[in-house]
Amino acid sequence: MKYLDEYRDGEAVRRFADAIRKITTRPWTLMEICGGQTHSIVRFGLDELLPEQISLVHGPGCPVCVTPVELIDKAIEIASHPKAILCSFGDMLRVPGTRGDLFSAKANGGDVRFVYSPLDALDIARKNRYRQVVFFAVGFETTAPANAMAVYQAHREGIENFSLLVSHVLVPPAMEALLSAADNRVQGFLAAGHVCAIMGEEEYKPIADRYSVPIVITGFEPLDIMEGIHICVKQLETGLSLVDNQYARSVRKEGNVHARRMIEEVFEVIPRKWRGLGTIPQSGLGLRGDYKAFDAEERFSLSKISAEESTECIAGEILRGVKKPHQCSAFGNRCTPDKPLGAPMVSSEGACAAYYRHRLITV
Amino acid sequence: MPEQPNLVCPIPIKDYPKVVLAHGGGGSFTHDLIEKMFLPAFENPTLSRLHDGAVFTTDSGRMAFSTDSHVVSPLFFPGGDIGSLSVYGTVNDLAMCGARPQYLSAGFILEEGLPMETLWKIIQSMSRAAQETGCQIVTGDTKVVDKGKGDGVFINTSGVGIIEHDRNIDPTEVHPGDAVLVSGDIGRHGMAVMAVREGIEFETTLQSDCASLAELVQDLLKANVPVHCLRDLTRGGLATAMVEIAQTSGYSIHLDENWIPLCREVSSACELLGLDPLYVANEGRLAAFVPSAYAERALQVMHASPQGESASIIGRVAKEEAGLVTMTNDLGTSRLITRLSGEQLPRIC
Repeated sequence: MKYLDEYRDGEAVRRFADAIRKITTRPWTLMEICGGQTHSIVRFGLDELLPEQISLVHGPGCPVCVTPVELIDKAIEIASHPKAILCSFGDMLRVPGTRGDLFSAKANGGDVRFVYSPLDALDIARKNRYRQVVFFAVGFETTAPANAMAVYQAHREGIENFSLLVSHVLVPPAMEALLSAADNRVQGFLAAGHVCAIMGEEEYKPIADRYSVPIVITGFEPLDIMEGIHICVKQLETGLSLVDNQYARSVRKEGNVHARRMIEEVFEVIPRKWRGLGTIPQSGLGLRGDYKAFDAEERFSLSKISAEESTECIAGEILRGVKKPHQCSAFGNRCTPDKPLGAPMVSSEGACAAYYRHRLITV
Repeated sequence: MPEQPNLVCPIPIKDYPKVVLAHGGGGSFTHDLIEKMFLPAFENPTLSRLHDGAVFTTDSGRMAFSTDSHVVSPLFFPGGDIGSLSVYGTVNDLAMCGARPQYLSAGFILEEGLPMETLWKIIQSMSRAAQETGCQIVTGDTKVVDKGKGDGVFINTSGVGIIEHDRNIDPTEVHPGDAVLVSGDIGRHGMAVMAVREGIEFETTLQSDCASLAELVQDLLKANVPVHCLRDLTRGGLATAMVEIAQTSGYSIHLDENWIPLCREVSSACELLGLDPLYVANEGRLAAFVPSAYAERALQVMHASPQGESASIIGRVAKEEAGLVTMTNDLGTSRLITRLSGEQLPRIC
């Protein structure tokens, strides 16, 4: 992979840092949406290279972090069903629900398997026709096309023992929720490159206009992020609020038309509850029409399960960029990756985990 | 009256009332199991050195003793199999004590229904690995469990080796100013096995680095490199080994990312899956701590060995910030290296 060297080149990154310093005349607060970007920033120490006036706050773009605690409880309930196989992305297994995590459900005898793709879960369903195979479908617009494809194929092949536990959320409604909050500090966004590779640029224009914020679609490597920040600060300093695309090597204006069509075929936009952010209207995806037959919540009668977040975890403030992980009183003592109070401390894309792993913070 | 043993279970460790997979992942869960249960229960000065093997003195000289259990799925993977792995695992642990591995035991737990042909292939592979390392498998045991209660075959090997020098090679010998060397590019074994694991297969030409390190260690000793410490980089990878040694020695370790050898296949696969190669398992790589004045000589010895062709000096030991491991990168910034909870898991998107 060529980009690994090119986009991590120290000299090029430092050149951008200098360029940012030259154009910055006052304080600006930018939010990177995606947890992958947060980890790059913390892992490579990119914020240390920026002038003091530029403050980066970490956004809600971590699929594990925003999945509400009751969905974890529902997944555990499915896993405890003797005839069920619960398939999940590995990252979800350690996230605490109110009754433990999926690793514990596995230790208690549940058949919990981690897979890399929902299509692998579908394959498990093909091979185990007498068992109910459920895929824990979490994530943003990036994971939606493959999850939609799995349901589409199950429907076409008549695979009745396959279903999805859906917890899909969408980026633009979350950005609007953040921007309209009274305590919002964000003045510019680095939008998530992978999400835009699927969805394109269009849906960000109304947000940029309505809230007068620059939105720069940005990649994940150090050079991508520094260039994204440079473009964003340049707009802020000149009073612009446009949608710009730093990640043009992956993102086309219209996104991935086939993937979008697949999402629209299988899913419809519905209100969703976000961990730490509450219910946001029109902010998620649910199965539509005939595909509702593949909804695990219906199949396992899970609608009665509801749960509230730990009151000690400030995930909501972290995910809205109001506070940084080390500003939480539980950080590093009552909340660690071994014993997390909330998802941001677990996920490989969670801001708290990034700070805990890579930063020397005395607590 | 003898003292009443402590019968109160220190569990729940990290609030898990039952063993979870992470307890075997080599990260902080494993560390906790050792610190809170095994060490206090078995307390003795040899064990508390927390080395890859135990070193003790007999009437005829010093010896090393170690053991290693092997559970790997699939049983055969690119570049190796559970048979050769089980021999090299213990051989390498003995080598890390500066010992010449001599005798091994082999304990087999076989699952009912395992094809004889599979077992034969594994035995042949063990035999070849033992011959290659100059060891003899001199005792063994076999148990069979019901179908569904094992994963084909589990193998435990234990081994003894003789120490033919008077040097102490262990983490407590590490000193400020020591150079840290790694014997080759990291992460091959973990990624080669992951690429063929059910559910997350991906195409790659990667081969496991599974190999004996005994010769390489003997070469270092013969060249009179005053080795302070050696560590076999297995599960948990380079990062976990460095954290363990920093904590046991009480000094800090500073690594330079630019000097850590990494092949393109491993770095690409890690990027794709969202894994950090520093934590990916190896089965034929070691880290060596030597006085900085001997670093170049150690490097030359490694480069001359087939197991050390891509060896590199990757860092140094310092007195400040005791117990911490940091790594600087090409951008001139640095980050903390810590222990993971369990195994790394592929990211979502």
